[in-house]
Amino acid sequence: MRDSTPAVSLFGGFVASFRRDLLIAARHKAELTNPLVFFLIAVTLIPLGVSPEKTVLALLAPGIVWVMALLATLLSLDGLFRSDYDDGSLEQMLISPQSLYFTVMAKVLVHWLVSGLPVTLQAPLLALMLSLPVDGYLPLLASLALGTASMSLIGAVGAALTVSLRKGGLLLSLIVMPLYIPVLIFGASAVQTAVQGGAIGMQLAVLGAFLALAIVLAPIAALGALRISTNG
Amino acid sequence: MAWQWFHRLGSPRWFYEKTTPWLPWLATLSIALIVTAAVWGLAFAPADFKQGNSYRIIYIHVPAAFLALAGYYIMAISGAVGLIWKMKLPFMVMKAAAPIGALLTFVSLVTGSIWGKPTWGTWWEWDARITSMLILFFLYLGMIALQQAFTQRDTADKASAVLALVGMVNIPIIYKSVDWWNTLHQPATIKFTSKSSIDPSMLYPLLMMVIGFYLFYALILLLNTRVEILRRENRTQWVNDLISTTNKRA
Amino acid sequence: MTESVTEAAIPLLELRNLGCERDERLLFSGLNVQLFPSDVVQIGGPNGAGKTTLLRALAGISTDYLGQIRYAGQALPEAAWEFSGDSLYLGHLPGIKKALTPAENLEWYKAQSGAAISIKDALAAVGLYGYEDTPCYQLSAGQLRRVALARLHLSRARIWILDEPFTAIDKLGVSQLEALIAQQSAKGGVVILTSHQDLSLPQLRMVNLQDYQPARDKTKNGLGGLSDGDSYHA
Repeated sequence: MRDSTPAVSLFGGFVASFRRDLLIAARHKAELTNPLVFFLIAVTLIPLGVSPEKTVLALLAPGIVWVMALLATLLSLDGLFRSDYDDGSLEQMLISPQSLYFTVMAKVLVHWLVSGLPVTLQAPLLALMLSLPVDGYLPLLASLALGTASMSLIGAVGAALTVSLRKGGLLLSLIVMPLYIPVLIFGASAVQTAVQGGAIGMQLAVLGAFLALAIVLAPIAALGALRISTNG
Repeated sequence: MAWQWFHRLGSPRWFYEKTTPWLPWLATLSIALIVTAAVWGLAFAPADFKQGNSYRIIYIHVPAAFLALAGYYIMAISGAVGLIWKMKLPFMVMKAAAPIGALLTFVSLVTGSIWGKPTWGTWWEWDARITSMLILFFLYLGMIALQQAFTQRDTADKASAVLALVGMVNIPIIYKSVDWWNTLHQPATIKFTSKSSIDPSMLYPLLMMVIGFYLFYALILLLNTRVEILRRENRTQWVNDLISTTNKRA
Repeated sequence: MTESVTEAAIPLLELRNLGCERDERLLFSGLNVQLFPSDVVQIGGPNGAGKTTLLRALAGISTDYLGQIRYAGQALPEAAWEFSGDSLYLGHLPGIKKALTPAENLEWYKAQSGAAISIKDALAAVGLYGYEDTPCYQLSAGQLRRVALARLHLSRARIWILDEPFTAIDKLGVSQLEALIAQQSAKGGVVILTSHQDLSLPQLRMVNLQDYQPARDKTKNGLGGLSDGDSYHA
């Protein structure tokens, strides 16, 4: 009689994929700084293009930091599944006995750890350059932490849909950006309301709800899209 | 057994042949309704107390906006049916619905803008409804772009269906978020179509217009779907027979 | 006596009336193949016949096919999980991450489906002893292929689905792989593969997809379908 099925738990696939992707990210250390540099340069464009006046910048700061963080996350999405698609790892993932839902979750988690989280941590520095009032910093961190995680998850669906396309990057941005708008609205509002002295429990709660919804639904949509993309 | 009947419903050829007699009826009815409603609304309905005659653009704006949103749901549900039951016809309907919906959204944006000029004084205003319409327009554009991007039709269909479903889930969230966003920045917006306050003499032509639009939408959707059917089945015998008989008649 | 007869009568892998389409064109249909333990089947046919499509459907990557695939008596959609644990697919793409070392790559595969031997032994078996910790981007194409083939040594799967496994490996590698396939067959496993090479496996059975292709479309100019509609406008 043959051995029983792989003695790896339901969670085991998650751990294995998480470790592998983290290792790959560590091997490409230079690429990790790309979203950070983009974020920095993009924010610098605003005083140059709009106005360097502190009052103007302070007014715009919450929105600008949020929008640029959104764009930085967006730009890093294309590579989420692409290298796996190109070297055949993706099809192996599809037919592996481990749960694809958890494999996708692992990949998105690593993606967030190397793009969304650093961008979140970098944001206060950039907010400083834009004269954001003191009250806004903690809300900025909190809202971006929740928001970038949601954006990584939602973006994963777009990345999964466009992974088989040669020039998927721009199309990816096109289809994902409208889906980011609710997150942007509540995230930027959290910072703005805090700066104006209001309570932001509601905005953070909504962002948390978005994240919870995304955690449940996005990997399912993404794995469906991955199957569709590799079938062709 | 029931599954087989359902599957037959998904046969493009059966659909094509069954809907051919519907077209003249749909065309006459929808055009009749639209023309009547247009004449009634544009010429005979009374002028608005606050806005004068410029409000009349709602006779085009409101139906277009309704249908733009309804059209997205029709597109998404067709995609879902195609994905779940692996039928070809729903995908053709989905593909046909995308450009119609995009056009309707565009019309609603333009008419909304035209309405805005005499009412608010600007060609563009970031109010909740127009902004939501604009985002809906982006969703449609994304659908069309995604469909065009794939070389293999099967993959294009299935991927677009997934995107349509994702969009469908997000639309209520987007609308609610934009609504809330709008209250933050414009606390005292006048609501122009709070239906409770619209006078019956203006409401009836509007309703007639909406129904006329729905029928017209159905007509265009059918026509587009039929073209898509012919395009996809161009190698089959029945299509070639159809072409040769049409040519003989012509 | 009757029990052992019925046991042996259930094929490990069975294709029933299998057909595949691509771009609305039917590639082949009505394919019936039964694979019992120790069977080695080669799928033959010209380029474009659908060999890769068939193998991908068998592996479970593609779910768009006509007919049924049965694993150990059960239809595939239901038995998909057990099947994925008992099968191994090697396609055109190696499935190896270049940024990682061979050992790290095999670690992931081991976590996915378990391992019969140690990773070090598996790599040694394909002649990569000493290369376990060299990043794969430093390996040649042949060596990269061998890392993928190391999975065959590592895995406990009984069913091997191999799409052109002999590409990019040298003569010695070819004979080693043939020996490996023979060994898998001797152990009671099943191998289904495609190859342009002439194989010297005694128990090899050939299934040619050309035998299952649909009759050519009868059209005016004799081609299988038209791209321009001109010839129909008399």
